[in-house]
Amino acid sequence: MTLPVDMSTTLGNAWFPTPIFTASGCASSGKELAQFFPLNQVGAIVTKSVMSKPRHGRPTPRMAETPSGMLNSIGLQGPGIDAFLANDVPWLIEQKARVIVSIAGETVEEYSTLARKLRSVSGISAVEVNISCPNVENRGMVFACDPESSRRVIDGVRKTIGGELPIIAKLSPDVTDLPAIARGVVDAGADGLALINTVLGMVINIDSMKPHLGGKTGGLSGPAIKPVAVRAIYQVHAALPMVPILGMGGVASGRDALELILAGASGVSVGTASFGNPKALIDIQNELRDLLAARGFATMQQAIGYAHRDEA
Amino acid sequence: MVDALMATINKSAVQEMVTILSNKRVGAYHQILLNVGDIVKNCRPGNFVAISVGGDTSKMILRRAFAISRVSESSQYGGTMELIVAPHGSGSKWLCSQAEGTEIDVVAPLGTAFGIPTEPISALLIGGGYGSAPLFGLADVLKSRGCKVDMLLGASVGSKIYAPMEGKRSVNSLKIYTEDGSMGETGRVTENLLDIVRDRNIDVIYSCGPMAMLSAITALVADLEVIHQCAVEESMACGIGICMTCVLPVRNEDGSTSMLRSCIDGPVMDGSTVRWDLVGKVPEGTA
Repeated sequence: MTLPVDMSTTLGNAWFPTPIFTASGCASSGKELAQFFPLNQVGAIVTKSVMSKPRHGRPTPRMAETPSGMLNSIGLQGPGIDAFLANDVPWLIEQKARVIVSIAGETVEEYSTLARKLRSVSGISAVEVNISCPNVENRGMVFACDPESSRRVIDGVRKTIGGELPIIAKLSPDVTDLPAIARGVVDAGADGLALINTVLGMVINIDSMKPHLGGKTGGLSGPAIKPVAVRAIYQVHAALPMVPILGMGGVASGRDALELILAGASGVSVGTASFGNPKALIDIQNELRDLLAARGFATMQQAIGYAHRDEA
Repeated sequence: MVDALMATINKSAVQEMVTILSNKRVGAYHQILLNVGDIVKNCRPGNFVAISVGGDTSKMILRRAFAISRVSESSQYGGTMELIVAPHGSGSKWLCSQAEGTEIDVVAPLGTAFGIPTEPISALLIGGGYGSAPLFGLADVLKSRGCKVDMLLGASVGSKIYAPMEGKRSVNSLKIYTEDGSMGETGRVTENLLDIVRDRNIDVIYSCGPMAMLSAITALVADLEVIHQCAVEESMACGIGICMTCVLPVRNEDGSTSMLRSCIDGPVMDGSTVRWDLVGKVPEGTA
């Protein structure tokens, strides 16, 4: 018999009983997955990125399955921050779920406005600042592709939100120098990093002989991008070993989650896997606990970044 | 938009491993019978099932959604669920190639169901291609409520008409149309629709089939009193309301339009509320 593994983790000053979270945009606001498992059994529910106003999103088709993955082009459809805070957050807190609210904006000011609305909300564990959604009309709006824009968004959120709520900046892997962008947002006040958002992709329909998705391009997710996530987490953890990383990208099993943790993730979000298996988070959490125990880890936190141990 | 968020997943939905009892080719389709136990108790005509395909090492990571054709609570195997599957894509081809005895991973029942009237009404059921499959289960239920049930089926060719012998017993009349004339009358189900609705005093149309057919029916009966309940078909990634890919533009009571998930607010929707002109587009203004 192996001893039970302490699965707890922290992101900034926020504590979570387990390191397995939902991924923003892959769990809506948690209500649907609650049909399949109690939401308080996982680390946290990371809600779908919400903007200041209600939004229709992009036209259909919004989805294309690809080998071991899928492209999505939702375009941040959502109810807007006011309806979200009135309906979804109180419900999640009632379920005793830990909540990380993900926000997205079109301008630096919109992010600050959203942060101001979150200041007075109690019961939230952290805020994810999504500066890397690929499904926007103007690729110039992907703040995370530009170091200066990334810094300005995080700086604005930090100043508005005050010192208490941990800020997690969600970054894109579609950049040349990810550690430099990571360093910039940490200097601007981010307490943690979410790595990685989807990878920009395209599918062409060979019958219409045009791009298949209504939005033409989409974000690639699923097991196909897991090695990209492992690489990104490894690189950033090597550059900034003290900064907690919420890792995500194609995690579909406990083995996948362990890879991300060994690369340097303090927590792991499960996204696309829930589309195929509504109980994926619970399965992955149980598998991860067994894998950690089998490798002699008494705590999950001992495994964070363990793949870097022989490096000078 | 608030409406869209208030909608909730089918409260009876469960994820289970179930066994394939039989898998037979019927014309262009496969009739697949699943041993699903107590799940049948919560299945209503119009609901769908989401099935994992390809096995554990598959590169196909998304579930496939299939309309539940009919369920039986009292077969010799206990609760059974019938699906009519067209082997078109790689997922449905995989399912159609599975042998009897294979265990598959299902989530069911999902989505909304056809509304069943409390009064004995005159119903017209319209199916396109294998969209006719759930209509026979619906016909059984309507018939048991004393409704008069007429049915129109259409397809491009005769081999794509799904009309089982035993199903025909549940309907008062059945008329078949094919575009190439290889079965029934030449033409489409919408051919004499207005006359049929008027002559037979149809109260409710129930339809299932391609989006173009559902849209055409809605347009034809727009000025009539008849209610049109249609089961829509939009590609889904999850079937349980979390991926937001299967949305359709639907008119709210205040005249605004919301992008609603066809897996949760559908598949059965009131045809007159769907903004068929905006399918594949985005409504103007804010949500």
